[in-house]
Amino acid sequence: MTGASGAAMRRRTGLVRRPPGGLLFVGLLALLIVVIVLSFGIGPLRIPPGDVVHVIAHKLGLADAGTLSRRDISVVWNLRVPRALLAVIVGASLAMAGAGLQGLFGNPLADPGIVGVTHGAALGAVGAIVLGATALGAWTIPVAAFLGGAATTTLIYLLARPDRGTGTATLLLVGIAIAAACSAAIGFFTYIADADDLQSLVFWQMGSLAMANWNSMLAALPAFAVGAVALRALATPLDMLALGERQAQHIGLDVKRARLMLIAVCALLVGSAVAFAGVVGFVGLVVPHFVRLLAGPGHRWLIPLSAVAGGLLIVIADTAARSLDPPSEIPLGLFSAALGAPFFLWLVLRRRGTA
Amino acid sequence: MSGTPDPVQDVLALEGVSVRIDGRAILDAVDLRFARGTLTALVGPNGAGKSTLLAVASGDLAPASGRVRLSGAELGDWKARTLARERSVLPQDHAVRFGFSVREVVAMGRLPHPPDPQADARIVDAALADADIAHLEGRDVQTLSGGEASRTAFARVLAQTTPVVFLDEPTAALDLQHQEAVLRIARGLADDGACVVVVLHDLNLAAGHADRIVVLHGGRIAADGSPREVLTQATIERVYAQPVLVLEHPTRGVPLIVIDDPRAAG
Repeated sequence: MTGASGAAMRRRTGLVRRPPGGLLFVGLLALLIVVIVLSFGIGPLRIPPGDVVHVIAHKLGLADAGTLSRRDISVVWNLRVPRALLAVIVGASLAMAGAGLQGLFGNPLADPGIVGVTHGAALGAVGAIVLGATALGAWTIPVAAFLGGAATTTLIYLLARPDRGTGTATLLLVGIAIAAACSAAIGFFTYIADADDLQSLVFWQMGSLAMANWNSMLAALPAFAVGAVALRALATPLDMLALGERQAQHIGLDVKRARLMLIAVCALLVGSAVAFAGVVGFVGLVVPHFVRLLAGPGHRWLIPLSAVAGGLLIVIADTAARSLDPPSEIPLGLFSAALGAPFFLWLVLRRRGTA
Repeated sequence: MSGTPDPVQDVLALEGVSVRIDGRAILDAVDLRFARGTLTALVGPNGAGKSTLLAVASGDLAPASGRVRLSGAELGDWKARTLARERSVLPQDHAVRFGFSVREVVAMGRLPHPPDPQADARIVDAALADADIAHLEGRDVQTLSGGEASRTAFARVLAQTTPVVFLDEPTAALDLQHQEAVLRIARGLADDGACVVVVLHDLNLAAGHADRIVVLHGGRIAADGSPREVLTQATIERVYAQPVLVLEHPTRGVPLIVIDDPRAAG
């Protein structure tokens, strides 16, 4: 754990030393691309990296099919490529939303799953499925997830405002209450759901990328792109909010407006991730934390670096989830919770003095 | 240089400002004007309404009634960013949420202004040096002592380079040397034309650096004038309910307040 020992060292000297953000970004992005390409070859059906590159080159019209089998082409291009890309979108969305919520609440423990935003988004999605809402066609479920996420974020914010002397304990307790309320409502929908819906409801609650295809990947892309660009544009307001809402106002931030935009953008990112992958927890907690240790708290780099690192984490986790126990899959949400929960506990215990 | 109202010089005006919390008047119809080029000390016992007055004057708190005008415009009509070029505020609470470096926090004082990397770096350097934290510029703000954190927030205010400066108990966490240094810098800002309003508890610091002292008591103005006019035994004993002696500072020639102990009087 070089990150943790680095932090301990920093606490001792108190000196801030950071590698340049641009270099880290390029390095992580290169690593992400390598991992994605490797993940195309991993699974119940192993395909050598050379063939993987060949399939992609072929599909992009750069090379002939040659000796490639139709089955290999189909597995790589129709299943694994969209799935890995969707994994990147989901991981990047959740990690960025975590960074944004932490800035909004002024609290490094504000993970979308822990404070209940994810549950709100899942409730929106589940409600839309069970009630059979189709008002917006294929967009119904993502929009419902966004609305659920936005409503819960607003509610949490109203109940645990950072400048009302409400500390970490309040935020976490409010999060528990909201997550419990959403889970109860999801349980109710599960209870009244018919057998067809039930299958997809289990999927929402466990978190999985098993249903990924080109359509879902392309459907998730616009919300992700808009959310990523918008959150990066809010980097300076997020930096200012680190001084507290009152001081942010003193140095020229329209706090009310920044707050509304942050709630909307974080809900958009969480909503699109939940709509296509269900409840995947702790990514938004773990990733920004390590990026801060590596590159510092400045949001100009925290947000893009969290996006790339979050994508990397979920691509790796999802590849493991679908290939450790073939032919069945370990739900991705279980995986992320198994990794994230001990980390969360460690963070809470470490902060005991300041909470 | 005294507190006489001058419509041309007055940059900040509070007119009939009242603030009520749970039906209790924290500020009761306060009228005050502040001129450019002056350092005004707000003093008074705990709960007198000093910080509330500062919050209203800086736009953090909307009064229940009354108006606040800054540079000719109602405070509510200012946009956040242009307001931040006009007034800066040092609040009592200056905790920073994440591990930014001291220099990064001070540089945030430049955010209201259009970016100019060279000038900004120069202003930040000067602010770090003035607040005596240049040697800490690479430190994580979350590892600073209370006094160092307070000087970092003060440097951030200096970097904002505004014509109106509000300081809420800037000396609370500071040692003797830095208390004096912070007020000398505030005095310098006023001499350069700024309107500086400082909430202070230490009457001797107020006497030594302010050209006007406003005494608040129970949400009203109990006295307003030059240190010599305001810091009389009668006024202080009435407001603070504490026997004092008012002497003369042997070298500065300003009032010097010390606690009197009637039991010791022989």
